[in-house]
Amino acid sequence: MDLTAPLRISGLGKSFGKACVLRDISFELPAGASLSIIGPSGCGKSTLLSMVAGLTKADEGHILLPENCRSAFILQDYGLFPWKTVRDNLALPLQLQGIGRKERFEAAQAMLEELGLGGLAQRYPVQLSGGQRQRVAIGRALISRPDLLLMDEPFAALDAITREHLQNQLLDVWKRRRMSFMLVTHNVAEAVFLGRYIMVLGGRPARSVLWVENPCFGDASSRNSDVYFSLIRQVHEALEAAQKNNGPDDTDSAEGGLA
Amino acid sequence: MRVLDILFRYVVAFLALLALWQIGAWALGPYILPAPLDVLAAWVDALRGNDLWGHIRSSAFRVATAMILAWVTAFPLGIFLGYKRRIDRFISPMVFLTYPLPKIVLLPVFLTLFGLGDLSKILLIALTTGYQILVVTRDGIRHLDGRYLESFRTLGGSPAQLIRHVLVPAALPDAMTSLKVASGTAVAVLFMAESFATQSGLGFIIMDAWGRGDQLEMFCGILSMSLLGLMVYETCHITEKLLCRWKKLETKR
Repeated sequence: MDLTAPLRISGLGKSFGKACVLRDISFELPAGASLSIIGPSGCGKSTLLSMVAGLTKADEGHILLPENCRSAFILQDYGLFPWKTVRDNLALPLQLQGIGRKERFEAAQAMLEELGLGGLAQRYPVQLSGGQRQRVAIGRALISRPDLLLMDEPFAALDAITREHLQNQLLDVWKRRRMSFMLVTHNVAEAVFLGRYIMVLGGRPARSVLWVENPCFGDASSRNSDVYFSLIRQVHEALEAAQKNNGPDDTDSAEGGLA
Repeated sequence: MRVLDILFRYVVAFLALLALWQIGAWALGPYILPAPLDVLAAWVDALRGNDLWGHIRSSAFRVATAMILAWVTAFPLGIFLGYKRRIDRFISPMVFLTYPLPKIVLLPVFLTLFGLGDLSKILLIALTTGYQILVVTRDGIRHLDGRYLESFRTLGGSPAQLIRHVLVPAALPDAMTSLKVASGTAVAVLFMAESFATQSGLGFIIMDAWGRGDQLEMFCGILSMSLLGLMVYETCHITEKLLCRWKKLETKR
């Protein structure tokens, strides 16, 4: 088992019917690093993430995950089950692995404490705020100690303050656990803040039009740095150019379930 | 306080019904509609003996067994058909062609096939209530939000775990509502089934007393059957509350 090996993606492509959505996507993500993927609506960002998670089959290319790499996926709408309490939602991945009741509930409680949700174990998702639900979703993804965390616009439905708070919290969790993570987002500032690497997708079919490294990744105070603002400008310009090349947005319907 | 409030409303409703009944009794006379206090006195008196209890036990056994049988067959089948669209395409035309058929008309057929004992009555009630549970459960699963299935796929569970953790709890609220609605039909079918070719059950004593012109005994049977229906409904209601607590929280918002 070599979990220090990078995630390698080469020549990845995907079509839905006659519409080719992604073509020739190649990159290498070092172990413990993060990648933000940003691009115009319907360009195939979520499809790319879904292929890495193994939920969607690639038509071309290869995805090479480190041996025995455990991945977890956080969906845009949190994906919590309304009929399960917060504790049961959190403990579900462990239950599916056959881990005993006592052990999984202890793990769920520890995770709740780590995320600052200690008193909410017996509540149902409907009784939580959007930010709390998102933290539970993050906790559920982290509870099985994944080596790779995949997130599809995890903070899209949150207000600006809650979003910033959760971005910082995610960074804290990453510092403690050092798992790799891939994040799909529409928000340029979020992509820059949470990505050690930032990939901009554009064109039809979408390809990588920009790949940059963020030298100040991991520093919560970097939000005020010149490097941060210059990266935002760079990503923004690439995104604008990609948007112009993309033309009218009509591929959403062709992108499949996770788009 | 909440329990007292509910109790108070039930007592008020009960007294209002008694008042309406009394007005009706004055208007129609005791031969058609005996006074409520006379019926209550006769009913309490009948409960002191063993005869009425025996009929109550027979009816309660039939309706409870039938509803359990309907649930354990129709609920899993509804989930299966709702989830397995390919199989549903062949089965659902059969279900929908036979759904509008009033199952009570099959009573003579059931009596011929399964005899005059409990089995024919239980199967007829189970068939009537099971259809409703089947159709509602199947539709509930067909309209299940795809996000839940997707979310479960990301967790990597097996098909059996999907049934346990997603399909069953997602289908429960609709299925429990259909069970509650079906409870009224179940008691109605029970009455019809017991009023024919049998000598036990509340349906039998109602029709037997009517034939003998014993209005008080007939109304004792009607009162007992109403209470049995209420108990069946409340049992379904309490079970629904216990199993679908989250749904109540959702509707509160």
